[in-house]
Amino acid sequence: MVDLWQGLAQAFWMVVTLDPELVEIAARSLRVTLSALVVASAIALPLAAFLAVRRFRARRLIIALLNALMGLPPVVVGLIVYVLLSRSGPLGVLGLLFTPTAMVIAQVIIIVPLIASIAHQSIRDLWQEYHDLLISMNVTQWQKVRTLLWDARRALLTAALAGFGRAIGEVGAIMIVGGNIDHATRVLTTAIALETGKGEFALALALGFVLIGLAIAVNLSIHWLSRTEQEGRW
Amino acid sequence: MMKTLLLGAALLCAGAAQAADTMKMAVTTSFHNSGLSDVLLPAIQEDLDLEVQLLVVGTGQALKLGRAGDVDAILVHSRAAEEKFLEEGFGTHRTEIMYNDFVFIGPASDPAKIADDASAAEALKDIAEAQAAFVSRGDDSGTHKKELSLWASAEQNVDGFGDWYNAVGAGMGAALNTASGMNAYILSDRASWLNFGNKGDLALLYSGDPVLFNQYAYLPVNPELHGHVKSDLVEKLEGWLVSDRAKELINGYEINGEKLFVFNAE
Repeated sequence: MVDLWQGLAQAFWMVVTLDPELVEIAARSLRVTLSALVVASAIALPLAAFLAVRRFRARRLIIALLNALMGLPPVVVGLIVYVLLSRSGPLGVLGLLFTPTAMVIAQVIIIVPLIASIAHQSIRDLWQEYHDLLISMNVTQWQKVRTLLWDARRALLTAALAGFGRAIGEVGAIMIVGGNIDHATRVLTTAIALETGKGEFALALALGFVLIGLAIAVNLSIHWLSRTEQEGRW
Repeated sequence: MMKTLLLGAALLCAGAAQAADTMKMAVTTSFHNSGLSDVLLPAIQEDLDLEVQLLVVGTGQALKLGRAGDVDAILVHSRAAEEKFLEEGFGTHRTEIMYNDFVFIGPASDPAKIADDASAAEALKDIAEAQAAFVSRGDDSGTHKKELSLWASAEQNVDGFGDWYNAVGAGMGAALNTASGMNAYILSDRASWLNFGNKGDLALLYSGDPVLFNQYAYLPVNPELHGHVKSDLVEKLEGWLVSDRAKELINGYEINGEKLFVFNAE
């Protein structure tokens, strides 16, 4: 319990004094995860809409696969990305291993199934309502996707935020592909694992509280930017 | 709204600038946990204008990274594994830099009575006889390999141990955390132990047997196998590591007034 209070106090002071090392790793955490979120959303959201409007043979299989991959263990993703990006692997020439880019790639793989599955669920519900209307207007496939994506944007935001939550708190994969290198690939979660390993529980907890605070701040600001959850609107 | 979000993301993506000279070196957790790297790296940066990026892993994984060519050099402490690495042609040579020592940590009450033993082998025999809880790294690291060789020299068969022997498969710090939680015996390097923040009821019980000395060596990755390895920087770093400047810093490094490493490069 002592560690918990010490951690809270330490977190408070590090944030108030803008501890330069904390700012650096927190900014890197945000940069990696937001990049991963943008890339993953760009893949997952159109994919979800496409799966809702198009009927083809492998559709059910792909949906089942996406749902199953939501539970993909990050360590496995990390190992697969490591093997691919390693100098002795197929993509080794790119020299991407142990860089923030490698961490983004791993996180994208982890959160695409999650975002796509949640998004597909809500778009499918919307498609049931819109189906007759859009068919009667004889719009193209692409127009259907765009309409659905735009009108389901609130639900899609939730899907994206779920992806963000999974990515920002992820440690197993980015530890393997990023390597937790000081001033290069160390982020909040890997720093927490490192400090726990050193037995510095208070500092590790402090970093954990900062991580929680960061996640809340990002969620709040995205809601604010997109003007959801305001009075008089829903 | 989407524009604002995208712009913000683009700004965050930019600015991943890289220093001019950087190389990657895999080191063992025990070296990093000692805190010595926090002294050496800034000095290296200052003297050579070289940024050494450390990958802190177990010896097993460090050698693996060297084999795959994902690092430029490794600094580890497991002689047999290092020599195998060289024999297989993955490294160019092996340079001894310094040594520290392993210590036996255990509950302060010392139920197996190892504190007054004459040798490390005798201490392990006592622990096995008392069937006192023991935490093993179990992660194929240098420390784990050392522990296994010590059990062998004490004529004990690890595979036949009961459930008092816990192979946790974790790094030094995590294993020490486990030992602290279980109040168990554990083999640790002195540096990790001194720097460890969660000692609980544990205490340093036995040290000093020469077999517990722990030699660190520097191994450059073979550029003939991996053309992208930065051999010139690796060589420059090696020159620094065996220099008088490194000697002064390594021999002068202390935690709580205790000297940790002895420089022995030739």
